[in-house]
Amino acid sequence: MTETSLSAGPSGAPRARSTLHDIEIGRLLLEGRAFFALIVIVAVFSALSPYYFSLGNFLTMASHVAIYGILAIGMLLVILNGGIDLSVGSTLGLSGVIAGFLMQGVTIGGVILYPPVWVVAVLTCLLGGLVGLVNGVLVARFKVPAFVATLGVMYVARGVALLITNGLTYNNLGGRAALGNTGFNWLGFNHLFGVPIGVMVLAVVALVGNLALARTAFGRWLYASGGNERAAELAGVPVRRVQVSVYVLSGICAAAAGLILSSQLTSAGPTAGLSYELTAIAAVVVGGAALTGGRGTIRGTLLGAFVIGFLSDGLVIIGISSYWQTVFTGAVIVLAVLLNKVQYTRRPKRPAAA
Amino acid sequence: MTADPDIVLSAHDIVKTYGATHALKGVNFEIRRGKVTTLFGENGAGKSTLMKILSGVTVPTSGDIVLDGEKVVFSSTVDARDRGVSIIHQELSLAPNMSVRDNIFLGRELRGATGVDDAEEARQTAGLMRELEEDIDPLTLVEELRLGQQQIVEIARALSVNARILIMDEPTSALSASEVEVLFKVIRDLTSRGVSIVYISHHLEEALQITDYAVVLRDGAITATAEARDIDLQWIVQNMVGDHYDRGSPPTGYAFGDVALSVRDVCVEDKAKGALLVDHLSLDVRAGEIVCIYGLMGAGRTELLEAIAGRVPLASGAVRLHGSDLAGLSIAARIARGLVLVPEDRQRDGLVQTMSVGENLSLASISSFVRGMLTSRPRERALVESAIRNVHIKTAGGGAPIGSLSGGNQQKVVIGKMLATGPTAILLDEPSRGIDIGAKSEVFRLLGEKAAQGLAVVYSTSEVQECLSVAHRIVVMRKGRISATFGPDVSKEEIMAASGEAVTC
Repeated sequence: MTETSLSAGPSGAPRARSTLHDIEIGRLLLEGRAFFALIVIVAVFSALSPYYFSLGNFLTMASHVAIYGILAIGMLLVILNGGIDLSVGSTLGLSGVIAGFLMQGVTIGGVILYPPVWVVAVLTCLLGGLVGLVNGVLVARFKVPAFVATLGVMYVARGVALLITNGLTYNNLGGRAALGNTGFNWLGFNHLFGVPIGVMVLAVVALVGNLALARTAFGRWLYASGGNERAAELAGVPVRRVQVSVYVLSGICAAAAGLILSSQLTSAGPTAGLSYELTAIAAVVVGGAALTGGRGTIRGTLLGAFVIGFLSDGLVIIGISSYWQTVFTGAVIVLAVLLNKVQYTRRPKRPAAA
Repeated sequence: MTADPDIVLSAHDIVKTYGATHALKGVNFEIRRGKVTTLFGENGAGKSTLMKILSGVTVPTSGDIVLDGEKVVFSSTVDARDRGVSIIHQELSLAPNMSVRDNIFLGRELRGATGVDDAEEARQTAGLMRELEEDIDPLTLVEELRLGQQQIVEIARALSVNARILIMDEPTSALSASEVEVLFKVIRDLTSRGVSIVYISHHLEEALQITDYAVVLRDGAITATAEARDIDLQWIVQNMVGDHYDRGSPPTGYAFGDVALSVRDVCVEDKAKGALLVDHLSLDVRAGEIVCIYGLMGAGRTELLEAIAGRVPLASGAVRLHGSDLAGLSIAARIARGLVLVPEDRQRDGLVQTMSVGENLSLASISSFVRGMLTSRPRERALVESAIRNVHIKTAGGGAPIGSLSGGNQQKVVIGKMLATGPTAILLDEPSRGIDIGAKSEVFRLLGEKAAQGLAVVYSTSEVQECLSVAHRIVVMRKGRISATFGPDVSKEEIMAASGEAVTC
């Protein structure tokens, strides 16, 4: 599967070698379901609205998807490990607030320091990693169930964000040329070769993630420990280290998404990213990953994020009420899980090799 | 069908196949009213398959079950239970967080006017406990009971549905001697009331004490049936073990090397109970030598091997590989130094089901084909292909799903995975468990081959015949200690006697 990584459709764990000996239509449809769903969504909305099928609209929608997509890639790593990270929405909000806080200048010993934007970005990502480290240590070292540990951290991170701003929003993120801290808007508004920077970031994260999963020892360890932790441990895989790493990476992804979102909005509010963790989980699931761990790909997750993003933006464009959007998104998720079940229960029943 | 009114249940020509494996090959079996019938047989002989069929867990591929002269088909365990056949599994199926009363009526709670009739349930439970002469309060939580008492609760549950036939799978394996006495008293009591017991145990002499009839299974067929008063231990062992098929012989023609693996005074503690699972055990294995560890369930074999491999911590003692102490090293570090473990339960501990055959084979040696940051595909492919050849795995290729392989080939994947790391000492915990005879002899032949190339091999088994295959030395473990050491020319009876199998507890 890895060798055909640009062809349609998410699959389970990537295989060392491509064994496409049984290409059947049904199987192709099943494995490529997120891809086909995306085509159907684009086709249907293009027919319903003249505004949907245009480059400008696709780029706008893609920059919305970027936020969810980056979160979802971090979430995928955690889910591949057999865990879940409910704290990413809060971490996203907290990261935006921290970035906003740093942009206002930090008073140290009576002197107000205005860190340049790149320092703000690095510090924010470090903070995201730190939140992830807390999750990872709770789960790997203290054996707190991932659901509970990250639920707790979700509340704490949101609370800290509210405390820092006292519930208010930082609106002044532009910086001042005199202070040398301008450029925060670059992430959210600029384009590189006509593509929004946020989408570029998503593409880079996805490419690096894909390479890491398919071709590094870490990727193999992650698939193995998510598929069977005991077997991985006995094969010498450092399962604890892998477990901590995925939460740290997920936290960093959430911080990056937080930076992009606050840059897009030119404001950093403590309630940003509310319930985004659920959207990220939905993207991972729609992308064909198994919540039990060990199965899933970056490609699938990206498709999942685009399916959910293009669907909800399409519903907005054709003027369907936001209540219906919620219903549609929910239905898509349930359908995706049902199809996952079909796909993964079918597999072992294939005829035994001679 | 049968004229004999004493026969409550009989099985005729039962055949059960799993894929290509014949677990049962036309078994005829009778259970008599108010008698204890014991099934003897080694692991894999088909005992548990037969019990699963009689208790409705699975249905036979062909053959009939006749209950009270009437042909029946059990659709489920509940169906079998409703017709009076109950089974008590080796692993008790009680909810430890609930009371004795709630466990006994689990799934068929008595309904009163206002929900569950707790008082009536408690009254009936107390009545059952009186019958069994066990002083257990119905409201005690099951987790607070000793294992023997939990067993009594299981029996009470079976009796509460008026079981006429009670199947007990290894009921004494976790019991102390006094608890066994209580259990036997209960069994005698039950039989005097007309309840028929089917009893399965590895403790032969113990089983011989309680049983009225003995039935011996071997390789899916019944080899002998007799009344207990006509037979002795010798008879059972002979029929259990049967004639030899070739399990290989110890490789010869070379001298052993230096001591590869040295275990000194090792103790492993059961934290929950504070007991020693491995008790000051010492063992040396030389390069090229094959050592077999034989012991009953609970003798401490698995714990010993897992402790050597670094899976569980040592309470005391030391493990040395080629003279260097392994204390504090992780599993990964031990693998890197050349010490590997093939775990007992390959589904749970050996294989990653979500990965392909190739990915499973290369899992323990990823670092050997990483170049820079990335894995090298050609190198991985070469490693996988040589591993497939090395341990003779029958597969469509490295990309095939692991689930497409037979049990024996899956086991070879686990062994091949560890051999691919280039070990100097290999530990195998029950390598022959759950694989067919052909695959077994292949696995043992493979061990012989590798030992001849200088690998130190330690394998454990609970089948006495497998001690007498490729092992140069047979070590018998009993209650965490080495109770005897033999050369390859020992008899099965001697091994079994040393393990405690043929001795009263």
